Amino acid sequence: MNRIDKLFQNKKESILSIYFTAGFPQLEDTLPVMEAIEAAGADIIEIGVPYSDPIADGPTIQESNNVALKNGMTLHLLFEQLKNLREKISIPVILMGYLNPVVQYGMEAFCKKCKEVGVDGLILPDLPMQQYLTEYKSLFDAYDLRNTFLISPQTSETRIRQIDQNTDGFIYMVSSASITGAKKAVSPEQIAYFERVKAMGLTNPRLIGFGISDKASFNTAAAHSHGAIIGSAFIHVLRDSKDLKKDIYHYIQSIIA
Amino acid sequence: MDTSMIKVDENGFYGQFGGAFIPEMLYPNIEELRENYEQIMASAAFKEEFDRLLKDYVGRPTPLFYANRLSEKYGAKIYLKREDLCHTGAHKINNTVGQIILAKKLNKKRIIAETGAGQHGVATATVCALMGMECTVYMGAVDMERQKPNVERMRILGAKVVPANSGSKTLKDATNEAMRQWINNPVDTHYIIGSVVGPHPYPEMVARFQSVISAEMKIQLKEKEGRENPDLVIACVGGGSNAAGAFYHYYNEPEVRLIAVEAAGLGVSSGKSAATTMLGKPGILHGSRTLLMQTADGQVVEPHSISAGLDYPGIGPVHAHLFDSGRGEFVAVEDEHAMQAGIEVSRLEGIIPAIESAHAFHALNQIEYKSTDVIVINLSGRGDKDLETYIKWGNY
Repeated sequence: MNRIDKLFQNKKESILSIYFTAGFPQLEDTLPVMEAIEAAGADIIEIGVPYSDPIADGPTIQESNNVALKNGMTLHLLFEQLKNLREKISIPVILMGYLNPVVQYGMEAFCKKCKEVGVDGLILPDLPMQQYLTEYKSLFDAYDLRNTFLISPQTSETRIRQIDQNTDGFIYMVSSASITGAKKAVSPEQIAYFERVKAMGLTNPRLIGFGISDKASFNTAAAHSHGAIIGSAFIHVLRDSKDLKKDIYHYIQSIIA
Repeated sequence: MDTSMIKVDENGFYGQFGGAFIPEMLYPNIEELRENYEQIMASAAFKEEFDRLLKDYVGRPTPLFYANRLSEKYGAKIYLKREDLCHTGAHKINNTVGQIILAKKLNKKRIIAETGAGQHGVATATVCALMGMECTVYMGAVDMERQKPNVERMRILGAKVVPANSGSKTLKDATNEAMRQWINNPVDTHYIIGSVVGPHPYPEMVARFQSVISAEMKIQLKEKEGRENPDLVIACVGGGSNAAGAFYHYYNEPEVRLIAVEAAGLGVSSGKSAATTMLGKPGILHGSRTLLMQTADGQVVEPHSISAGLDYPGIGPVHAHLFDSGRGEFVAVEDEHAMQAGIEVSRLEGIIPAIESAHAFHALNQIEYKSTDVIVINLSGRGDKDLETYIKWGNY
């Protein structure tokens, strides 16, 4: 059974997904960071595949992308680093990245490799639903990869239902009209949006991301969904860390303990 | 060859190129535009305002000038479409006038734009001043440094100019930054993209605003030559908005040769080039699938051209399709040759062209044509903004 499906079957609330950029802060940190995330008690790991032009990302993730690319990170190298992934990591692993590097790698080769190393799902924010359905869905299915689409506060109800129909795994709720890394307290408008979507009775579970950075914002998001995703704030921890294992543990514990 | 294929389909594709590869956060903005732009553009009120502003404010129709001495030198009948005489000095304003009226009809309160050399930024700041709209222009920090006069022009016009400090700090990064700001402000803001790039419907919409160029060419050629169609149309291509405008009404007239001139920079194989069709592969940038200069791993490569307006690693999807289908002929002109052509046009016709447009002129040395051919070169902009580059080059 796909690990994402299994997780959501067994755990219905306060799911914590942690995003980080592959090959950051150092090229060889990818797997050690993942081990530390799992050891600290997070539920899902999202590995960001670095790209030169990340249009949905704020300065923090832009910078981690640049550093990772300068370190020499590529998709080929990432799959090499993940070769023995499943000897070390048991929680679900998702690859998140922009479409172009994946298309250049070759979508079928990419999906095949994901399955081979034990990746469970994909988030490709600039993959349009129509292209997904006509060109790629059968591949994702053939390699047992869950595909997550995003929704935002501006997404219409009709569109949310369409996305719910064509997503599997979970729906990624972007918390506000924003790129990644915005740090604002959760507003009443956001809560209303979380509740509006919750009341729609969607098939897929919902995780809230963008702007979630600490225990307070995590708890608020989790109270209106199945859990939340932390990215930029975690990248800050990695960037400033002298002892990755220890700092990752403390940070994740500060959210979930 | 089926030239009837040079037409956008309902999903925004020209052949295999185009589409709307955008994060979901931009979907409502793009959808609003896609659902409304054709209807708004077709309305009598829009047409009246657009035509009036193009005539009284931009100064259209721009002349189609018979270039006597150039014609003698090159042995063909060469006409110049004088987009350099548009208000603000380039064709860019045709599009910004159209989009600002559209933005008003969509009840938008703020305008954002990207700019490379600053021509589109100036054209955007200009129409925002005209319409009393708040304007923010994103510009690569490197470009702000090398195009200072245009930065000040925008500021004088009341626009806020924000440096893009990510990546290479040039046009592609300014475009990234504008897209991010549109994600942050999805409801009250319209993003005026300056070229035939970006997610559908931008490439087609911008091309339609620029298509006034070839619409006028047809009327003017009929008067001067007794026929609407020239034998060749030559235009430079960065993203490709002036070329799209000059080609638009000739896409499906197969007897008209469409010559798209890219910037070879220091040479196509030098590693310092912006010749996208020669160096690019299909890829996805700024919301469309197009030809793109990139590494084997799909990271976007930094282009180089002496002309900031051609310094872009992609190309509008319609041009990728013109290349792919064979409908367009693509040539690449090196920095040095473009500069020489700029001086030649200055000396032979008394017109200092923008360095972008100078590339188009040098193509006369790189393609075959007959002495009886009628050739229209789209003189997309004037060279005032490039004086510093001409002076630095110094070879005149």
